[in-house]
Amino acid sequence: MAEAKWSRAEMAARVARDIPDGAVVNLGIGLPTMVANHLPRDREVVLHSENGVIGMGPAPREGDEDFDLINAGKQPVTLLPGGVFFHHADSFAMMRGGHLDVCVLGAFQVSASGDLANWHTGAPGAIPAVGGAMDLAIGAKKTYVMMEHTTKSGEPKIVERCSYPLTGIGCVTRIYTDLAVIDVTPRGLVVVESVDGLPFDTLQARTDAPLVRA
Amino acid sequence: MIQKEVASLQAAVADIADGATVMIGGFGTAGLPNELVGALLEQGAKDLTIINNNAGNGETGLAALLAARRVRKIVCSFPRQVDSHHFDRLYRAGEIELELVPQGNLAERIRAAGAGIGGFFTPTGYGTELAKGKETREIDGRMYVFETPLHADVAFIKAERGDRWGNLTYRMTARNFGPVMAMAAKTTIATVHEIVPLGTLDPECVVTPGIFVHRIVRIDRVATSAGGFRQ
Repeated sequence: MAEAKWSRAEMAARVARDIPDGAVVNLGIGLPTMVANHLPRDREVVLHSENGVIGMGPAPREGDEDFDLINAGKQPVTLLPGGVFFHHADSFAMMRGGHLDVCVLGAFQVSASGDLANWHTGAPGAIPAVGGAMDLAIGAKKTYVMMEHTTKSGEPKIVERCSYPLTGIGCVTRIYTDLAVIDVTPRGLVVVESVDGLPFDTLQARTDAPLVRA
Repeated sequence: MIQKEVASLQAAVADIADGATVMIGGFGTAGLPNELVGALLEQGAKDLTIINNNAGNGETGLAALLAARRVRKIVCSFPRQVDSHHFDRLYRAGEIELELVPQGNLAERIRAAGAGIGGFFTPTGYGTELAKGKETREIDGRMYVFETPLHADVAFIKAERGDRWGNLTYRMTARNFGPVMAMAAKTTIATVHEIVPLGTLDPECVVTPGIFVHRIVRIDRVATSAGGFRQ
């Protein structure tokens, strides 16, 4: 391949750039968690975790873990000054009630109309587990998806219609992949930017839904 | 005189009947009332319906209850974990019923039960297979799914500090499901690390008022590890 792909760290930095000063943000488990490491230092961004904390700080040093202070991934975290705890019903009210500014989620597939599939492959024998995925998908003011542009075997993850079970309908605002940043808009999937050296037609060929030039 | 303090875990769970619906607080191991679950295992009640965020980790607590085949049904949001092998095995063998509920719906259905609400319309899950067969309604141009309350016979809560009226405080993210589960059960049993004299807890800092709590047992503090899945 001629073009360079964005690394996971570059993807995380790109997402972080779009998170404004003062935003309250939920970062999903996996790739989205990396965004926390790239938030610009001159911005005050507050992290929410659905198990009941706002104002999460970085991971504690080894030996300083307190397992009563964990994130949704069940990893030990720290609390910044101003941080608070609350129960689950309040935490999900923050999400469902539109109080979070941004949530960043991983995905199996995103459709042309912003449908999200990220909780279950539907494979026979797979044990379904949804957690807070459906609440997160539909609640925040902006829902960003962060994922590889194609699967390991090269199949597009941006599709006309999701074939995996849905997490939410029409909920995705913007998609960040290792090839491009794409907005979900009423006029279609608009390519905001793409990696250097990647022709529009090549990006389109790796996408199973029509793309629109910005 | 009101005295909700119970001398032992065994006494606290003694009257739980076969077929009971039991809420178990906790997320990861934070707030997980494993001491009460252990006492219930010892007590022997069977044919239980368990409401918890997960479906047991490793070999202790809920996982041990599952392994002993005391549980008929689990209502939870995230059963699959790296160490949920007891649940996985029973589920694959068709020996346990699973009601999978989005986490926010789980919390709100529990809260609704405690608040005397007969159900609510939520946007969560609309158009997904977890809303299949459920009533939907358009309200102000948005689609919602009707969800019903989740009641329980018993709730197990792990709190931090309490008094003989059952007032409770929590510690950090161990609060999670405690306050809503405490409201939703006929009998709420809380463990605390310290029982203090009435009037000692700062009334501004009590998270669960004693009206929602029926029994309170003191337990020793033990180090926990969060469990769950690794990245």
